[in-house]
Amino acid sequence: MAKRVVITGMGVVSPNGVGLPAFLEALKQGKSGIRHVAKYEELQMSCHVAGVPEFEWDSLKNYLSEVSFHGLKGTNIAYGITAALDAWADSGMSYETVEPHWETGCVFGNSAPDSDATKNVINKVDNKEVKKLGSRIVEQTMNSGVTSFISGRLGLGNRVVTNSTACATGTQAILMGYEYIQSGLAKRMVVGSGEHIDTYIFGTFDSMRVLSRKFNDQPERASRPMSASSGGFIPGSGAAALILEDLDFALARGARIYAEVLGGAANSGGQRNGGTMTAPNPAGVIRCISDAISSAGIDPADIDLVSGHLTATMADRQEIQSWSTALRRSGKEFPLINSVKSMIGHCLSAAGSIESVACILQLIHGFVHPNINLEDPNPEILKIIDEACMPTTTIKKDINLVAKANFGFGDVNACLFFSKYNNDK
Amino acid sequence: MTREEILDELKSVFAPYTTNKEMLANINDQTDLITDLKINSANLVDIIIDAEAKYNIEIDYDSADKMINVGSCVDVIAEKLKQK
Repeated sequence: MAKRVVITGMGVVSPNGVGLPAFLEALKQGKSGIRHVAKYEELQMSCHVAGVPEFEWDSLKNYLSEVSFHGLKGTNIAYGITAALDAWADSGMSYETVEPHWETGCVFGNSAPDSDATKNVINKVDNKEVKKLGSRIVEQTMNSGVTSFISGRLGLGNRVVTNSTACATGTQAILMGYEYIQSGLAKRMVVGSGEHIDTYIFGTFDSMRVLSRKFNDQPERASRPMSASSGGFIPGSGAAALILEDLDFALARGARIYAEVLGGAANSGGQRNGGTMTAPNPAGVIRCISDAISSAGIDPADIDLVSGHLTATMADRQEIQSWSTALRRSGKEFPLINSVKSMIGHCLSAAGSIESVACILQLIHGFVHPNINLEDPNPEILKIIDEACMPTTTIKKDINLVAKANFGFGDVNACLFFSKYNNDK
Repeated sequence: MTREEILDELKSVFAPYTTNKEMLANINDQTDLITDLKINSANLVDIIIDAEAKYNIEIDYDSADKMINVGSCVDVIAEKLKQK
């Protein structure tokens, strides 16, 4: 029989709050984490703002040995370690272990190692200074650097995987961890994802002209999902992690249970019928959501909240249409829908995990965070769903069932359903 | 520079790579970098790079291979300093 999978711990490094209490408060207040970045202006980028966590580098000393801390430069790794170790501690477990945790694995994703770290390698090699690189570079330029640091610090002994599916990475990491536990391959999984948008990664998106450039002088107003004035997304950095456990395993150790992962699905639109490298095939999105509904065994009429991908591009309208088709709900009957990106921008690989933590916080604290900057809802979206479905202020409301989806370059999709944990099921 | 001075300075070169601070404070020629100071063998490369920068010397592969205990580290550095 398939195992039930519950969430027992969370950690987050978000542009609008580092750590669960700060992030919860930021969501409730509708606090933006988008800031002006002088360097982007200096480098003549079109977009001069980004979601940047207020991260204190020295805080890493609380997580790593002095030896491990010395020589660590990868910001993506730093965010990932912080989120994962916070989640581990939040679930009531100690960092120290003599034997590996054979029952616990890790799926943690990212899109690329820091290109700053790679630049250092390129400069030294081209300068004939390869001998000066030292022993700590490979671990920070290999794509599995983050999972290696996390699993090494915590002594994880089950399967350890680095996943990467662009903006669907975080959602997919949670889904993969869920599937390992559900099938009995692991009892516990540390899942999540991270992203550090350094200058070079930012530049590649800037050159595609998909970033907002109309609100450079008003950073907090720049990320505007679902609005008529949305003019592209705002890149954000950060990480989040969740501890997933087999329900019986969690109950046996007396763990606090935040919520349950009811099911999910991932697929690709095959870059056909409207789907391209950069745009999703709507049929793929609808199928992904429908498959997730079947996997979770839920009735779409029971969904209280949709946490959309909703990046603040032209694709928002099509996404809402796909949700409406898949859920068979529209107008006033459509569930509440919000986008964390209005506050933190699009954290690419980290989006799915940070936004999933936001979903769980809304479930357990009974509220729906606002869509900030939604001053002028896109009229094309209002033809599909009612304006009241898109809250612009925080709503206090009992939330039982949340849908979370993310869609990524390469026409890849991932969708999850989270619910309150109900022990009479 | 005397051997004693080099040995004393090496403590700061080793420091980032060992958590065994008590052993580090009392190193002598016989102290083994891996078994006594518990330095990860991969980090020996970093110690050589740091020593090269600190003393502005170049430590060739053959000399580096000899640097397994504190005494041999001092010997190699003293010799390279003399060649400057």
